[in-house]
Amino acid sequence: MPDGNGPLLELRGVCKEFALPGRRVQALREANLRVSKGEFVCLIGASGCGKSTLLRIVAGFETTTRGQALMSGAPIAGPGPERGMVFQDYGLFPWLTVRRNIAFGPISRRRPKAEVESTVDRFLKLVGLQRFADAYPHQLSGGMKQRVAIARVLANDAKVVLMDEPFGALDAMTREHLQDELLEIWERTGLTVLFVTHSIEEAVFLADRIVVMSPGPGRIESEVAVLLPRPRDVVAPDFNEIRRQLALRLHSHQPRKAA
Amino acid sequence: MSASLDAISPGALTSPPVAERAQPRRFAPLRRLRDPALAIIFPTLVLVFWHLATYGRKYSLIPPPTEVARALYDLAFGGIYDDAYSRTLHVHLLASLSRVYGGFVIAAILALPLGLMIGRLSIMRRLLDPTLQVLRPIPVTAWLPLSMIIFGLGPRSAFFLVCLGAFYPILINTIFGVRSVDLRLFEAASMLGCRSTAQFHRVVLPASLPAIFTGLRLGLGFAWVVIVVGEMTGVPTGLGAIIIEARQLSRTEIVICGMIVIGIAGFISDRIVLLLGKRLLQWSPNFA
Repeated sequence: MPDGNGPLLELRGVCKEFALPGRRVQALREANLRVSKGEFVCLIGASGCGKSTLLRIVAGFETTTRGQALMSGAPIAGPGPERGMVFQDYGLFPWLTVRRNIAFGPISRRRPKAEVESTVDRFLKLVGLQRFADAYPHQLSGGMKQRVAIARVLANDAKVVLMDEPFGALDAMTREHLQDELLEIWERTGLTVLFVTHSIEEAVFLADRIVVMSPGPGRIESEVAVLLPRPRDVVAPDFNEIRRQLALRLHSHQPRKAA
Repeated sequence: MSASLDAISPGALTSPPVAERAQPRRFAPLRRLRDPALAIIFPTLVLVFWHLATYGRKYSLIPPPTEVARALYDLAFGGIYDDAYSRTLHVHLLASLSRVYGGFVIAAILALPLGLMIGRLSIMRRLLDPTLQVLRPIPVTAWLPLSMIIFGLGPRSAFFLVCLGAFYPILINTIFGVRSVDLRLFEAASMLGCRSTAQFHRVVLPASLPAIFTGLRLGLGFAWVVIVVGEMTGVPTGLGAIIIEARQLSRTEIVICGMIVIGIAGFISDRIVLLLGKRLLQWSPNFA
């Protein structure tokens, strides 16, 4: 869904090296990626393929060693509210109630009080947590915490939502629920989502486009467009076909042990 | 609010609060009595042993519990012995309370900002931490002579020593609290648009509050622990002062009275702090 004004997110030849004692590790090599407004893109790959590093560069938590990361054509310099991050371990503020957690961003940006309250109410409703508005994070289940984390970035007018294996710590049932809810929110709000996962099924279920990455050094291997209509049936033959293709791509890059 | 929150169980998604969680509460009144009942067993045994070991023995150096109880009553209300100690408990208790809380407050005023700075600024850490680590193992008792030279005989030395006792627990826990803030929370705050200057009071302070609170609680406890040493500096009143004085007069029952009152006062003051903490830190699973 390109809007004609160029991509919302763009990575141009992005390299990232980390210095470890005595050596330098290349976490990401020559990554090129364009994400249009409203697109749902999944990054998939084995551990060490640089998918989290790529996400953290877009978030502004890491700088690039070489290359450029652009948002709406401007270089990304540090974290900002237009790029909301949803962490696997939630990253909620334990001393704030659900309501105050969601209000954290708008308050940081000094929105008027009445506006903050109505925004918070709207997003509490969106993620179905009105009844838990005054609960503290430690009183919530994992699925509820992740809903708060999602509401918190949406309430802060995030244009891009960056999700780093957000459902990885949840049980299968909760994960499926949240995948459905996320798609619903995405369709309703026109967000752009960059979603890191190591589950092929999750990627095929969610994404418009899947970016396949491989390790040693981390790099983007290929891209797969998923053109299946939504809601997707995870046991349909065409779903399985894409899944099989992806599995082949992912595994062909992993060295096999000699027999 | 809290009644409905209690029932939220991990794993419940948006299902209504789980009903069976409330079931064990049926015996709540009985359970409430169980802990105090258990807690009283050991002191009762000690009292019985103490009584059997001392009662009716003419040359026992330790008075039996009944005599201590009489002395304590006389210390508080008078009317039994009518000597120098009768009806003086409130004077000594008040003197000690003022030193404990005064020393504690001074310690907190010094240790909190220092701990926040050492925890947050590496230059402060490198500048002060090694010195503090060397000073820390020195017992308060060892400071007594020097304190009496610097601050003189009397209440100023007592304040200093009590303050010293409370200082390190507050400092160490504040540093620990500030340093152990989850890095993820800084990332979360910055991606939500909270600038690093605002992160100190919006992230660092609240996140380290449980540890700071633990430090304050320990500090107050230590202030009570060192009160006797603090009142060895020649102050005329105070629970520690009467213990020292009564020891010299071989009034062991007064010594034991002083010990009991310090124990109870320290316990009550800790309970008050703990209740405060539970109210202020109900968000923390460690306090709720």
